[in-house]
Amino acid sequence: MLEAAGLGLSAGGRELVRALDFSLAPGQFWGLLGRNGAGKTSLILALAGLRAPQSGAVALDGVPLAAVPRRELARRVAVLLQDEDSDFWGSVLDYVMLGRYPTSRSVSSMWVWGRDEEGLRGARHRLAELDLADREAQAYRTLSGGERQRARIAQLLLQDADILLLDEPLQHLDLRHQAIVMRTLAACAADGKAVLTALHEPGHAARYCPFSVLLYDAGRASPGRSSDMLTQANLEALYQCRLEAAGARSFLPS
Amino acid sequence: MKAAPAVVLALIPASLALAIAFGSVDLGPGQLGDALLGRGDQIAREIVWGVRAPRALAAFACGGLLALAGALLQVLLRNPLADPAILGVSGGAAAGALAAMLAGAAAAGVNLSALAGASLAAAAVFTFSLGRSGWNPYRVLLTGVALASGFGALVGLMLALAPSSQVQGMLFWLLGDLSPAGDPAAALAVLAACAALAFSQSAALDVLILGEDKARSLGVAVTRLQAIAFGCATLATVAAVLLGGAIGFVGLVVPHLLRLSGVHHHRALLPLAACLGGSLLALADTLARTVASPAELPVGVLTAMIGVPVLLVLLARLR
Repeated sequence: MLEAAGLGLSAGGRELVRALDFSLAPGQFWGLLGRNGAGKTSLILALAGLRAPQSGAVALDGVPLAAVPRRELARRVAVLLQDEDSDFWGSVLDYVMLGRYPTSRSVSSMWVWGRDEEGLRGARHRLAELDLADREAQAYRTLSGGERQRARIAQLLLQDADILLLDEPLQHLDLRHQAIVMRTLAACAADGKAVLTALHEPGHAARYCPFSVLLYDAGRASPGRSSDMLTQANLEALYQCRLEAAGARSFLPS
Repeated sequence: MKAAPAVVLALIPASLALAIAFGSVDLGPGQLGDALLGRGDQIAREIVWGVRAPRALAAFACGGLLALAGALLQVLLRNPLADPAILGVSGGAAAGALAAMLAGAAAAGVNLSALAGASLAAAAVFTFSLGRSGWNPYRVLLTGVALASGFGALVGLMLALAPSSQVQGMLFWLLGDLSPAGDPAAALAVLAACAALAFSQSAALDVLILGEDKARSLGVAVTRLQAIAFGCATLATVAAVLLGGAIGFVGLVVPHLLRLSGVHHHRALLPLAACLGGSLLALADTLARTVASPAELPVGVLTAMIGVPVLLVLLARLR
């Protein structure tokens, strides 16, 4: 269980989140919605222990994140960042295998010449799940943007943490792969993992995420059940634009 | 290309053998064999064991250190153009060495003064790039580049002020020259120590390529890793510069040659870079000693003249 208490975040002198109390429990699947610059990324970085909050604290099973050893934290919490460097020289499979770093039994087993068979099986399974089975030997650098995004998600899933934090996992993805990723994340939550994902399309949150956090401007954040949160009035206030119910020309994968 | 490791390993004995077999004095195969076994002609034995073997090993150590430092700096700064000279350490050593030459110091004094200059530069880079949130690669780059140009100006000034009788010695030092290298034992020990320490961090370095935040989220102690790897790269650069002056291109090109040949895991890249850098510099130094024999060319000129076209050809083939 990941708990934020009285969390306050700001960036560039702007207050993003004020006194947020929020907990992410096993089996829950949360959508995180907000305008550009509302603080979605800052919240995810703070929950992952990668940025210290301006006020308040984040705790993992009651222990403050700062007190959890890095390697232990990596086995419990995995995070998909919005921008990752892609100057990687190896194959797609090599790339995904980096997700084994925290879970391999010891650091040394990574560079002893023996192969991590269990990790390789897991990596192939995740690649197949994300429609990249035939790409494993290809150089990572030669993948398209959407394929890279899926390889990054495969790496995240291979990390096999209990808590998954994802910053815009659907960026660069086409409709089919958006649905595959959302279903995969829903399956992770059904398996007992806690999942929080930043999204830009409220339709995805409404469809797949039982819970949503809305990050309004001026630091207000409100968590709750998606059925209560994702109303037209709330979303119009959130995105500060008029909305209308989508007609017959708005499609989501079935 | 799975053949890369085998080729690199085969190059080690081949390059050392060539370095011992060729020189300004022609020794026949029989004489060479006798001398290697410690038999026969006293002069031939002295040439092989007293002159060529230490020189070959010094070249090997120097090249290995430079390539190892280059491989580490390229991943740490996440900049493919990073090479040992970027730390400003070579510049500091050059300014120190030239100042000692200008003052008329002996070889030991020149080395000591070069060490002082290199340490000063390394200390400055470390001071300015260690911020509150750990290491900052951009500050390392900026500090290194600033120091390098500052030392470059000092070096230019000293060259302008130096009496013409000293200028050639100074130019050789600046271009990279292994003739005053002396006993390679210390440099080989530094190479082994740096390579072992860097190798122990190879899995974490693989992960660091994903960026600092992602590496942290995967459980890497990023600040500690950066401190270890920067320390290793600096130590290796200082040792190489003291041995052979400012030899360019080995540190830049060798890691790229390996990456372009399909070696990218640091557990393979780091040791192979050390071996390949060593072999290539031993070969280049053999050429430098023999091409215009009995005159010696500065080996740094040869490494650049060989390194540039090799890298360009590889780049063109992989377009």
